[in-house]
Amino acid sequence: MSITKLSMISATAVFLGSTAFAGCGISSGNVSILGNEFAAIQAVADGAKQCAGDGVTVESNLNKDYRELQVAALTANPAQYSAVTTTNAAIVPLMSDGLIRPLDDLIAKHGQNLSKNQLITVDGKVMAVAFMANAQHLIVRKDILEAAGLEVPTTYEEVVAAGAAIKEAGLMDHPFATTSKTGWNLGEEFVNMYLGFGGEFFKPGTAEPSINNEAGIAALNMLKSLTELSNPDFLTFDSNAVQASWEAGDLAMAHLWGSRGTGLLDDEGSTPEVVSNTLLVSSPTVGGGDIPASTLWWDGFAIATNISDADAEASFIAMMNGISTDVVKANNDAAVWLVEGYEPAPASAGVFATAAGKTKPYPMIPFMGLMHTALGAELTAFLQGSESAEQALADTEAAYISAAKEKGFLN
Amino acid sequence: MRHQTFFWFILPSLAAMILFIALPLVSVVVQSLHIEHEQVIVTTENCGPFGCTEESTVDTEATAQLRAKQPLGRFAGLSTYFDRGHLASAEVSEAWQSNATWGGFFADLYNLPFYKALSFTLTYTFLVTPLVIVLGLLIALGVNRLKPVLKGPTIFVSLLPMIITPLIGSLILFWMIDAQGVIGKTLQWLFEDPELSLKASPVLTWITLMVYGVWSSAPFAFVVFYAGLQTVNSDSLEAAMIDGATRWQQIRYVVIPHLMPLVVFISLIQLMDNFRVFEPIVGFSAEANATSLSYIIFADMRSDITRFNSAAATSVLTVIGVAILLAPVLLRTWRDFKGKAV
Repeated sequence: MSITKLSMISATAVFLGSTAFAGCGISSGNVSILGNEFAAIQAVADGAKQCAGDGVTVESNLNKDYRELQVAALTANPAQYSAVTTTNAAIVPLMSDGLIRPLDDLIAKHGQNLSKNQLITVDGKVMAVAFMANAQHLIVRKDILEAAGLEVPTTYEEVVAAGAAIKEAGLMDHPFATTSKTGWNLGEEFVNMYLGFGGEFFKPGTAEPSINNEAGIAALNMLKSLTELSNPDFLTFDSNAVQASWEAGDLAMAHLWGSRGTGLLDDEGSTPEVVSNTLLVSSPTVGGGDIPASTLWWDGFAIATNISDADAEASFIAMMNGISTDVVKANNDAAVWLVEGYEPAPASAGVFATAAGKTKPYPMIPFMGLMHTALGAELTAFLQGSESAEQALADTEAAYISAAKEKGFLN
Repeated sequence: MRHQTFFWFILPSLAAMILFIALPLVSVVVQSLHIEHEQVIVTTENCGPFGCTEESTVDTEATAQLRAKQPLGRFAGLSTYFDRGHLASAEVSEAWQSNATWGGFFADLYNLPFYKALSFTLTYTFLVTPLVIVLGLLIALGVNRLKPVLKGPTIFVSLLPMIITPLIGSLILFWMIDAQGVIGKTLQWLFEDPELSLKASPVLTWITLMVYGVWSSAPFAFVVFYAGLQTVNSDSLEAAMIDGATRWQQIRYVVIPHLMPLVVFISLIQLMDNFRVFEPIVGFSAEANATSLSYIIFADMRSDITRFNSAAATSVLTVIGVAILLAPVLLRTWRDFKGKAV
């Protein structure tokens, strides 16, 4: 490449940068974003980067392990990142340590377009701005259900019955799968099922656990009936593994994240037969309850405490640009956006139906993370059949209590 | 060497050792003796896209004040060491009293995370270490007898398992032993059992992990033994042959005694390496059936809420475990050394 060409290209780049700057209205500041990595978050980060140029830098680190980095990165002063994308669970450690700032004044200045249900308020202060919703929901294969003469199940009891019928009809040996990998995934499945049975994780107003009860045992027994319909490797199944099995046509029913919808319905990695018969429906209810046994999640952004006010303002404006109506319209199918201008798409039907059923949001409680970890580690012995449900729940409570004592939540 | 010269000579490495080994160790011990300050919990109304709920929240300011007073947290003595996540003294004594049989006692013990991890770690260490030594020696003896033309390529191929990053190696094997994978399908066909899965049962998972451990560490033993074989005195071997010793007798009475110091060396390294087995557990997603001490530390550090104090206590216990394991070998070396010096 000749020097003239090089200089022309760099001149064009500078020119493009300065025109993009005109749209955001930031004159200076450093914006750096830490966040999870999937299509919707990438779109938001790219939208925020349009504000870069002439004295404004916008950088991002999108990483599926962002939750392990965020507390250390934002504790530093000045913080390593000025903005983070977060969820109802990931925001808790940030709030507990005071690492994210209230956004009320910034919203008054720059956030007039936000609707009230996007604002995550804690004790009257806005701590984060939500831009998308997510939930686990049921996916079914229309053709397999029809071949077995079954309707789309609406309760987990029907899912178990349908699974047994499909097995009996010789259509599939392992018709069901969910994200049941030991650790966070398995913990999440119990949380879903336990809330579906109407359970409460803690004694009201305290950090003391209360899961060793009828609802807990019923939830565990239902999980066990489901895993008996799964491949024996179920304790190694994460979202990627379940999606792969689904696309390979090995499953008739699965309980999987809404954010996987686009991937399941696109024409990559699967056959037309599987894709055209894939239905995304609401998460089932369980035990005669009236709400789906799932949890609702929001994804949003928050601004770090340990940065200058100028950088905080620049970060807020850049993130607002990232979740603007233009970005949402260009990436309509990537998520269930909570932003104006979003048109519901087939890939989001399951999340919509689940949310419409008044599913509970994932609890935003400081010690819920410890409970979730304890569940993920202690329930496997029961699902493998080497322990009773009562013992598994008692073990979980004991593991939670020793962790909560160490973290200062219990004495 | 004069004392002063000696002092200046070792000062750089001494400083590095204090900075990078001693101080972190002291810091870990100090952390393991503390637990976090109390969290001040208040109930607030939280609102979001899915409505409002009354939930517990940490009172950040009040908690920050407590933290400023005691940056290290509360001193807890050895209580973390004896809680359920570690040595579990209360649970162990209860299991001892409530069980009449050894079987029941060990079943209860195995239900506790630390002992579950310890049982896998020790089994792995004591099975993999000798197998690695034996297999490494066999490969070295075999390669040593090859024609010179074949030696180079054979050595290269034998070293491959060691060249592959452990995490990558175990991930590749994880997919090969999958019920749909090459090895998984072959095993199902061999045993005529379509439900056979190496990932599902604890016993098969343990065997898989140990086979992987031997596979990935044998090349190390092989290289060391192969180097040792080049120094075997050919006079002694010829003398043994003239005396009518068979090949086996030559190996048993000439080669192995010559390689004995290397066996001690490999045992030391392998005991240490195997005691902190970690990558294959992550690579094979084997958390459900097999955990190790290192894995417990990893799990503490990687959940939403990191538990530094608990991780520190497990780390100290691991260091003590390594010291106990190595004691016999080190004592023996020390005695040999003293014997020679006299």
